Amino acid sequence: MSALTFTLKQRPDQRVDMSPLVCQKLAAMQFSDIAGITLQNGKRKIRVDELFGITGSDAQNIVIKNSFNKLDFIGKDLDGGRIRVEGDGGAYLGLGMKSGEIEVSGDVGLYAACEMKKGFLRINGNAGDFLGAALPGNKMGMKGGTILVKGNVGERAGDHMRRGNILIEGNAGDYCGSRMTAGTIAVMGRTGRYLGFAMRRGTLLLWNQPQASARFNDCGAHTLAFLPILFASFKKLNSKFSDSSEAFNRVQRYAGDMSEMGRGEVLVKIS
Amino acid sequence: MIINGVAIDATFAEAFPMKATRAIITAQNEKWAMISAQAMTGFATSVIACGCEAGIERVLDPSETPDGRPGVSIMIFAMGGKGLAKQLETRAGQCVLTSPTSALFAGIDGGTRIALGKNLRYFGDGFQVAKLIDGKRYWRIPVMDGEFLAEATTGQVDAIGGGNFLVLAESQPQALAACEAAIEEMRQVPNVIMPFPGGVVRSGSKVGSKYAALGASTNDAFCPTLKGMTKTDLSPEVESVMEIVIDGLSKEDIDKAMRVGIRAVCDLGAVNGIKRVSAGNYGGKLGPFHFHLQEIMA
Repeated sequence: MSALTFTLKQRPDQRVDMSPLVCQKLAAMQFSDIAGITLQNGKRKIRVDELFGITGSDAQNIVIKNSFNKLDFIGKDLDGGRIRVEGDGGAYLGLGMKSGEIEVSGDVGLYAACEMKKGFLRINGNAGDFLGAALPGNKMGMKGGTILVKGNVGERAGDHMRRGNILIEGNAGDYCGSRMTAGTIAVMGRTGRYLGFAMRRGTLLLWNQPQASARFNDCGAHTLAFLPILFASFKKLNSKFSDSSEAFNRVQRYAGDMSEMGRGEVLVKIS
Repeated sequence: MIINGVAIDATFAEAFPMKATRAIITAQNEKWAMISAQAMTGFATSVIACGCEAGIERVLDPSETPDGRPGVSIMIFAMGGKGLAKQLETRAGQCVLTSPTSALFAGIDGGTRIALGKNLRYFGDGFQVAKLIDGKRYWRIPVMDGEFLAEATTGQVDAIGGGNFLVLAESQPQALAACEAAIEEMRQVPNVIMPFPGGVVRSGSKVGSKYAALGASTNDAFCPTLKGMTKTDLSPEVESVMEIVIDGLSKEDIDKAMRVGIRAVCDLGAVNGIKRVSAGNYGGKLGPFHFHLQEIMA
């Protein structure tokens, strides 16, 4: 069976809610039923076959071709299966994802993988603000799984994050790891201002020294035994994180945010 | 059956069901991993008085351990899951948590999960940190030499304890030499431990005693000094008997360990004073697993 492929015919002016097109919802549907699904497009509803050319039949393996940054909610609540997005993704990609895998070849918008529970999200471009965060007003962000971003991420990555890994090969914007409750965010590039703002627990693993902050206290240089295990878990990723020359276990440890619980940590690679 | 002049008795070792677990101790070097492992498996020769039977399974190469440091694999056996969990926790807390540079990991992925570092974390007094990596939870407990890393749980599985064989020799040194040779070979077999000192026990026991308070007492039928005053199982030329007890994860593992052990004993043969190989057989009072010596050596 070939992958169930949705090829965008032309870019609509208004945003599109793609949440009905996830593996578990399409699994038991016939081709004609899938074609007849209506998607919210701005104020109006639009049939799937009006917007996309549809080929293939394997609903556990969905491909969205010619995707662009107004296709929102791709992979919302995904529970198993695989979605490959060729192009950019809109906002709320992988929102509340429960399991499975999403890969995006381009950039994604706001709130990608927000409140994600499990699974793997790979973004080959950049991600917008609030990656792996909580929806506005909610207290729990990402609760599990792994997000890998090859490019840069916007502000507030991992806001209210509870568990899981966010791996960023590029740079992170301001407030990275803000209000984090637990989990790990690793940033190979630079980080912005207010790193770990109000973080309670969790780990920010950095390759480069962040801006000094009065809210974090220096705990000294240490060799930490869990780091080799953490890096070993990245081995299966096709990423710089799986490159053994990037792994380290010697870090400068900063505890914070001291204006909060202060049980979080920023670990900075010692070269 | 006679192998190299050594008679293999037509008898069987009787073993009983146990619960077992495995843990991996790593450290800065093999020396300190071994020190910790020896402490953790100390005073654990017999469930009769120790609460568990424990031993070192093997030394692990850095490539085989979760954190890439030298390590030692240890196994603990107990009569029930509750007792096993208690022994594991107290021993890990007193012998591994305390040991410089150590880290502690699960040695069995499946089975019923029992606490390894899960409760030791409270030693961290609130400064402990959990890390969930690849579905496994680890606890980072701050200690004076840095951080003690312990996996939260390890697996408890059904196992068998009390596999054994007896080496009957013309002299004490010859019996010990044969047992040493056997232990050296048996230590190469995975999934088994020989919990007694050096793997060898000289005080084999029978079930029951003339004293009501004791559940086990000396196996007088195999005590050479009692040959003239009890219903002995020894011929006149046998002057010393030693036993090797084996606990293993499965019947096949114990079979294999007994086979290589008895073969090593027989390789020394009658010319080195080895007369017979027998086994602890308590007439079915002890356990449902029977290891027939002649079948194992066939």
